[in-house]
Amino acid sequence: MNRRAFLGRGAAGFGSLAMTSLLQQQSSSAAGGIITPLDFPARAKRVIWLYMAGGPSQLETFDYKPKLEEMHGKPMPESLTKGQPIAQLQNAQQLKCFGPQYPFERFGKSGQQISTLFPHIGKIADDICIIRSMKTEAINHDPAHTFMNTGTTISLRPAMGSWLLYGLGSEAADLPGFVVMVSTGKAGQMQPIASRQWSAGFLPSKYQGVRFSSNGDPVQYLSSPPGVSAQNQRDVIDTVRGLNQMHDEVVDDPEIATRISQYEMAFKMQTSVPGLMDISDEKKETLDLYGVSQIDGSFASNCLLARRMAERGVRFIQLYHRDWDHHGAVKKNMKIIAGESDQGAAALVMDLKRRGLLDDTIVVWGGEFGRTPMAQGDGRDHHIKGFSMWVAGGGFKAGITHGATDEFGYNAVEDVVHVHDLHATMLRLLGVEHKRLIFKFQGRDFRLTDVHGDLVTKIVI
Amino acid sequence: MHSWPLLLVLAPLAAQAAPPIRFNKDIRPILSENCFRCHGFDSAKRKSGLRLDTPEGAMADLGGYAAIVKGRPGQSELVKRIVNHDPDELMPPRESGKKLTAAQIDLLKRWIADGAPYEPHWSFVPVARPEVPGQGNAVDVFVNARLGEEGLAPAAETDRATLARRVSLDLVGLPPMLEEIDAFVADRRADAYERFVDRLLASPHYGERMAMFWLDLVRYADSIGYHSDNAREVSPFRDYVIKAFNDNKPFDRFTVEQLAGDLVPKPTLETRVASTYNMLLETTEEGGAQPKEYEAKLAGDRVRSVSGAWLGATMGCAQCHDHKYDPYSARDFYAMSAFFADLQESPIMSRKEHLLVPTPVQQVQLKEVEAQVDRARWRFQEPSEALTRAQEAWEAKVATALEAVKDVKTRWTTQEVAEVSTENGTILTIDGKTLDGSGPTPDGETYQVTLALGQQKVTALKLIVEGSSRHINKGYARAGNGNFILTGVEVDAVGDDGKVRPVKVKTAAADYERAGFPVAAVLDGKRETGYSGDGHRTVQASRGAPERNLVLVLERPVTAGKLRVTLRHQSRAHPKQVMTRFRIAATTIADPEFAGLVPDEAVSLLKRIAAAERTPAQAQIVNDAFRQSTPMLGNVRRELRRLEGDRQELLAAIPRTLHSIPTEPRTVRLLPRGNWLDDSGEEVKPAVPHFMPQIETEGRATRLDLARWLVRRDNPLTARVLANRLWKLYFGHGLSRVLDDLGTQGEWPSHPQLLDYLAADLAENGWNVKRLVRLLVTSDSYRRSSTATAELKARDPLNRLFGRQTPFRLDAELVRDNALAISGLLSPHIGGPSVKPYQPDGYWDQLNFPKRYYEIDHGEKGHRRGLYTHWQRTFLHPSFVAFDASTREECTAERTRSNTPQQALVLLNDPTYVEAARVFAQRILAVKGDRLTWAFQRTLGRKPTDAESRVLAELRQKHLSMYRDDEKAARALVQVGDAHLPRNVDVVELATWTSVSRAIFNLHETITRN
Repeated sequence: MNRRAFLGRGAAGFGSLAMTSLLQQQSSSAAGGIITPLDFPARAKRVIWLYMAGGPSQLETFDYKPKLEEMHGKPMPESLTKGQPIAQLQNAQQLKCFGPQYPFERFGKSGQQISTLFPHIGKIADDICIIRSMKTEAINHDPAHTFMNTGTTISLRPAMGSWLLYGLGSEAADLPGFVVMVSTGKAGQMQPIASRQWSAGFLPSKYQGVRFSSNGDPVQYLSSPPGVSAQNQRDVIDTVRGLNQMHDEVVDDPEIATRISQYEMAFKMQTSVPGLMDISDEKKETLDLYGVSQIDGSFASNCLLARRMAERGVRFIQLYHRDWDHHGAVKKNMKIIAGESDQGAAALVMDLKRRGLLDDTIVVWGGEFGRTPMAQGDGRDHHIKGFSMWVAGGGFKAGITHGATDEFGYNAVEDVVHVHDLHATMLRLLGVEHKRLIFKFQGRDFRLTDVHGDLVTKIVI
Repeated sequence: MHSWPLLLVLAPLAAQAAPPIRFNKDIRPILSENCFRCHGFDSAKRKSGLRLDTPEGAMADLGGYAAIVKGRPGQSELVKRIVNHDPDELMPPRESGKKLTAAQIDLLKRWIADGAPYEPHWSFVPVARPEVPGQGNAVDVFVNARLGEEGLAPAAETDRATLARRVSLDLVGLPPMLEEIDAFVADRRADAYERFVDRLLASPHYGERMAMFWLDLVRYADSIGYHSDNAREVSPFRDYVIKAFNDNKPFDRFTVEQLAGDLVPKPTLETRVASTYNMLLETTEEGGAQPKEYEAKLAGDRVRSVSGAWLGATMGCAQCHDHKYDPYSARDFYAMSAFFADLQESPIMSRKEHLLVPTPVQQVQLKEVEAQVDRARWRFQEPSEALTRAQEAWEAKVATALEAVKDVKTRWTTQEVAEVSTENGTILTIDGKTLDGSGPTPDGETYQVTLALGQQKVTALKLIVEGSSRHINKGYARAGNGNFILTGVEVDAVGDDGKVRPVKVKTAAADYERAGFPVAAVLDGKRETGYSGDGHRTVQASRGAPERNLVLVLERPVTAGKLRVTLRHQSRAHPKQVMTRFRIAATTIADPEFAGLVPDEAVSLLKRIAAAERTPAQAQIVNDAFRQSTPMLGNVRRELRRLEGDRQELLAAIPRTLHSIPTEPRTVRLLPRGNWLDDSGEEVKPAVPHFMPQIETEGRATRLDLARWLVRRDNPLTARVLANRLWKLYFGHGLSRVLDDLGTQGEWPSHPQLLDYLAADLAENGWNVKRLVRLLVTSDSYRRSSTATAELKARDPLNRLFGRQTPFRLDAELVRDNALAISGLLSPHIGGPSVKPYQPDGYWDQLNFPKRYYEIDHGEKGHRRGLYTHWQRTFLHPSFVAFDASTREECTAERTRSNTPQQALVLLNDPTYVEAARVFAQRILAVKGDRLTWAFQRTLGRKPTDAESRVLAELRQKHLSMYRDDEKAARALVQVGDAHLPRNVDVVELATWTSVSRAIFNLHETITRN
């Protein structure tokens, strides 16, 4: 890091030169981030995270385990499970193996093994890097989400999207730089998602994620009040600006200038967001690719919106699909969830690719944890010691499978990728050394990766 | 934004002469920031055996050399390392991301040359009251002395109108009325300002403003925080805090009551309510959560809270390892958590132990209704010969009716459900034989349930409605108030061919009836009448309201194969009151209306045991069953039920709160690296941090000991922390800027002596908070203009020396309060349960277990001050989120103050502000004279300039013609919000002035305290 970067690092380090700009930085609209210049040449500019909330089963998606199939119904070896954290199976009499419920096939030229439930993702097998050796630290939904997003289970720490806006700034002229959308389905228990998952934590709240909703106002308080036309609203804002400017001439308050620009941004959002949500300019062929006909709050339609946001420079886009918590009826529920999520996810990658956007967009697919190879009735319990995710684009290798779990699919044993490592690697591709993206809070330098995280060199180009 | 050394801020002056070096001010910040991480307190992570936090460590012989050699920078390894050009030798190492500046290196060298004198960390040294070097308000003496040292002159006093608005917003969180400003401006008495301040300090709204400050620190919220984030009842605690500040309760007592209100020598209702503090942490009800894991989480939560709120310490950092920067060890962390090991709780699932907190009026009412219930019960039980005879006949009749029934429990058999459908979208799933509603909560709902009865000869059906702790008020419904109102029931036989023919229901009977909602109403064919289970009155039940049994006697026995039961909820007044969980049973007994509702236990007794042989308890059961059914006691019974209902209703209306209940302390172990799966660590007893003055006590130290220790005169932190935070409320930033950390990574105060003076003054005067607040706001320093002279701006851009005031944006709650107050909409009501003002639809969509419906409070409750808004941790009200309110998941000493487009959207479009603007416009229209000037002045406390008036007048003119052309739009605008809209109002004028008011409400100045 050169000296200029050091001085530019806001709260991380100070020099007298930085003083005046600090005063402004605190309130300036999202523009440049503090990592200027970048620590590394950036492979990726943005992230689209397909967040499969509830905990997708690796055993019915990307981790093929013939041995488990053989052992179906037989006791799970105690050597694996003894003393390990466990969720709802805490009181189970005996832990039994539960074989994969669907066959796997090889897809693409790369011949990646993927469950036959996901033929659309099969079509992008050559574009994605499957990680079969993920590991996380929290076994219940709420803390596990918090860990996946913030690198810790303690509340009030910034989410990755907020870290990125803080580090890299936003490129969206009239949209928030960190957008979240949530869809629900019909398979799992609809586990709640807290707004903590897109909170800026102790970072300034301008870095907070903004949730777009598919019913009502896409963004809270976006629509002008009833009886207030766009012109009428413009007049009010112009009046406010005029008066704010006059006031700015007589008092010392650097916030006034910022306030004026934020009203402009707000007014722009009032038109840009509805424009974003209006897909009438999409070709029918594109809609067919995603399998959507309108913006209806479904995961697939959110995938289409994610592409539109990526085009408009949104830095971090996170699509939660809250339907993966299958404590029972894995077989039935996986079929339902595949129907809900397969096509949209694959369409997004294909669509980004043909538009040349995949090169500098990281797409992540995965949940807060995986599921047990052990049966919970005819379902699976939460599991943190080994699960699968995939990443694509933005400098990740394509058409490879990385890491492995043991033959039961219980422990990640080969090329283990901890959540901190995933974060570190993503940051690296975005041009940021994860150890240097820091913010001082309560006397301590905090990072997304806490005091951990290693670059996973084998999966980056 | 956090610390930067003062030295840098005042660099131009510092360059003029080399002032003497002080370890705490100049050296410690450098060592702490750059070295202590590896060469500090954490023994596990200490590199090369070197510690620099103590002189012994720094000067220790490391084998022929030492990091620091007194007076000899050239021989000190430390100096060699920091100036080294070899990347392998250089300190701090490159990968730390730290780098020393030339000025810092120079300081270290000079300090070593001066003999490297260490000082204990300033905030760990007991507070000694410093001499005040002059006369007058001590604040001014210290502030002016410091300005004088820098050769700076402070800004002049601000004008009175600005001052009135500033001090009102600061002390009560509300803008002054115009008349108050005028009176103050005109008051020529020497102590006019002090009088103005004293009036504000005496206002009951002062306590509300101070409560906002305190509730952030103790993380007060109305929901549990994790996963389901279900509601919890703790609002009496907020009332306690408000009252404590209003009564100026000494801060030491305030402390003791919160931490140990259950352990004080004579606990009162008030101190028990205060002890809610211990239960304000985040908890979970998530299925599959592991008790041990959550035990560790709760411990961490409490240590972070108590150390953050009182000690300005980040002890949470020591959960996994010794603190890196401060002397807190991991053992200190667990010893601190052990103080709380005596609290009765289960680490997961819901908290049930509530304390009823009635108002004085409610106390009287409760006593009265309980006496009435007792009298009615006595009348109900009163023996009489006529009743005895009737009972004998009744017993015989029951015996006959149930002769054929072998096992009383099989009088009724719950039936398999063949099919269900709903009319308005509720999802009705079959859970065993019980039906359970989920999904949307529509207005009105009709269920159709088809039962497969086979060849039974059914004489009656029984609908059993279940309560659940997951329903609203633990009642029967997922929306509304938790009650259900069943307005109609129909039964049809479904033939094998699918043909449906009606089955007549002769009568309906129930084991519970409430006046006005008779069971007969389900058969009267009217949607205005119905049967109610009183679900909203049953919050006392921990698991949920009791089952309600409703018997539908068929006119003649039916052997139908399939029966379809239609259950209608069509109340117009209470459309959401739809039963959620229920099951349907059938019977074949001969006289179901009579015998079907006799409780199982009574039937079994009177079948088995002759009257003469029953024990008194058994006799009581049979007597009760008789008396519950006999027509002879109809009036008495109704009276009793009505009174019991009143009692329940009153109990339900009484606020309640979680509170501390002491029990046998759990064993607390030091968890190696914070790992809760590892219980090999040693057992730890309650103790305060080892390097601080200790608690002397026989036996196990308690929370009460801890609380008393926090406010002991020799506790170096509490008073400093509080004084620093109070200072921030009135001056925009702290004397030490890092409000949440007074440890070594915190900041050397700009005015250490002043801070110590304030801390000592606080502790030596009985922890009198109002006294300190008054001292601060009556100082000249407080009254200064926030407009800086050019010199102040250049020399002290961050206003570290307080040569002027600092303008800042109002806190989230006050942004709301200010607009509502100006418009006249604000409810002056103080205290009470949380309220739910307007919130966008669907904002709670992602909450589950159960799904929740945000029921907006209307009328007065919709216009309460912001601090009463329901504080949902995982989905805090979006307008508050926009303005940086804390979610209160963690102790928050300082909110960020951002400036975002979301804030503009809230002020422009949130119905709260649109409605306030419209109501303000109604007031403006009533003004005789210059309306614009009045509106502007009412909002900002000052008259508009000509130019400002012109801009607003233009808007008014333009929108007047706009709304004249489009009266429909005008009408739409003025109808926003449910505040009263006068009938004969000129809507075009009103809409126009609403536009003008919106502009005024959106001004930066309106939401800024200057």
